[in-house]
Amino acid sequence: MSDTVIEARDLTKRYGRATAVDGISFDIARGEIFGLLGPNGAGKTTTILMMLGLTEITSGTVRVLGHDPVREPLQVKRMVGYLPDTVGFYDHMTAVDNLRYTAGLIGIPVADRAARITSALDRVGLSDAARKHVGNFSRGMRQRLGLAEILMKDVSVAILDEPTSGLDPQATNELLEMIRWLKREGVAVLLSSHLLERVQSVCDRVALFHSGKIALIGTVPELAKQVLGGGYHVEVEADGTGLAEKLAAVPGVRNVEATAPGHFRLLAEGDVRPQAAAAVVGAGGQLRRLSVENPSLDAIYSRYFESQPRSEGEMHAA
Amino acid sequence: MRREGSPRRGVGVVFFRELFDHLTSVRMLVLELLVVLFGAVVVYFAAEQIRNTTAEDPFLFLRLFAPPGQSLLSFVTVLSILIPLIAIGLGFDAINGEYNRRTLSRILSQPIYRDALLFGKFLAGLATLSICLITLWLMVIGFGLLRLGIPPSTEEMGRMLVFLLVSIAYAGVWLSLAMLFSVLFRSTATAALSALGLWLFLALLWPALAQVVGEAISPSDIRFTMIGIPTPDTVAWQQGLARISPGTLYGEAVVAMLNPEAQSLTNLLAQFQGRVLGAPLPLDQSILSAWPQIVSLIAGMILLFVVGYIAFQRQEVRA
Repeated sequence: MSDTVIEARDLTKRYGRATAVDGISFDIARGEIFGLLGPNGAGKTTTILMMLGLTEITSGTVRVLGHDPVREPLQVKRMVGYLPDTVGFYDHMTAVDNLRYTAGLIGIPVADRAARITSALDRVGLSDAARKHVGNFSRGMRQRLGLAEILMKDVSVAILDEPTSGLDPQATNELLEMIRWLKREGVAVLLSSHLLERVQSVCDRVALFHSGKIALIGTVPELAKQVLGGGYHVEVEADGTGLAEKLAAVPGVRNVEATAPGHFRLLAEGDVRPQAAAAVVGAGGQLRRLSVENPSLDAIYSRYFESQPRSEGEMHAA
Repeated sequence: MRREGSPRRGVGVVFFRELFDHLTSVRMLVLELLVVLFGAVVVYFAAEQIRNTTAEDPFLFLRLFAPPGQSLLSFVTVLSILIPLIAIGLGFDAINGEYNRRTLSRILSQPIYRDALLFGKFLAGLATLSICLITLWLMVIGFGLLRLGIPPSTEEMGRMLVFLLVSIAYAGVWLSLAMLFSVLFRSTATAALSALGLWLFLALLWPALAQVVGEAISPSDIRFTMIGIPTPDTVAWQQGLARISPGTLYGEAVVAMLNPEAQSLTNLLAQFQGRVLGAPLPLDQSILSAWPQIVSLIAGMILLFVVGYIAFQRQEVRA
């Protein structure tokens, strides 16, 4: 079996005349965490629903573990776990009863059900609340119960739609940790989010959505190289005379920008902090701060769309 | 294009969960109490009436359901009003409720087809209604045995059984309608109000409206009016229009089953067959005369379900 678990080609979805998803293509490999990132309404959820066979595909193809969700929806749904945006459960039933119902729908043999439900709830830290009514659950607990359902299902692909939205920082971190755990178990995880910064840390690769199209795709450093000019931004705070010239002379530095008196922003080809420090000290300056900026998805995203004002896709979607 | 797998996968799971939900819900308890309360009062008075007046009546037991003299508050009348209420109460939030609780996309991402969800829910609703109606039916018969002190004849049992089945079909029509609305409207309140509104319209206004519209389509002929009988064409139109309402169909079928003497439906037929007017029809003839109504009720139930099914298949899972 190949290493590609999801393969989308020219996937397009139109609602009447509006195009929600416009010819996107991507591959997701086994055991990879892939992020579909972009603002609300960029077509992320529609893409997910098409992969699950829950909405019709206007054109293009998608293969999930070699199956076509249009023709073989049951095969696909058997191997894919889905955590919808703001997942809901039957409030008047307990966590266990909710999972038991889903286990029935999945077709888990009756003899295995109890054990699999218990271990899934254990894994997401809900064993104490197993017999409580879901109506009293917090948002974070519901998300975890949704994850437990996916664990119980024993899937090869997990699709999580906005798993962290509305969660407090601690709950977010717990959830991201569980997502990493899924990856270690060999599950391919596809997650969507509009909070770029939050999920940046877990994603192996990301696709940045914009107006139904994938604007950028790749690992975060790759995108940074592509969009932010392939460089590292090094911030230098130092007092001294003629520092700008000295810093510009450091090998690998392409540009020096004095953002404020005593504040310099270097664009360099690599991490030039040691050399910059040496340059400042060599010039008799006093070095007060030296930092390198990690490429952030937010920066990449905003920079990318600043540089392409009003793309064609945006016009259509408006 | 053939779909892989069976559309019935998961029906059983959905059915049993929904049935359990219905039977343990407070909503069901309230509706059930309502019916029992109304039914008990009405049947009690019917029994008293029978005990006081009847001398010789071969269909004593049937009078318990439908007392002679067209008493307004017969058990049948109560049922014809309350059955739609219970059916709508069970079905109005079937699909949009799942949607609003945000469980729909999660459930549909499990390896089942949408068919299973809708069909399972419908069957569970119908089973719940059947359980209620059968219970009530047995209670009335039990009460009759105690109060009247005579067992029903075989023919009476047959008639009451058919009456029960017709009642279940009638409930099915309203359940289908309520579920259709639950597919069409995203808000449960809108679905409930629309279904109740349609029920009130069909139950209260439509019978009168059908008369007027029938008269407008095919005006009475002066030659018939002169001799004081209604124009057959006009009556045919009026009856046909009135039968759009499931309540009318149910009423006619029930009258045929529970009042063996009533032959309003088959006057002509009876005369052709050389039967004596006013004599009770045998059971098979009663069923025959109510057959179109019974079939119409079942067909209406299936038709409404199919419309809801198609609408549900085409619906987007999210807004």
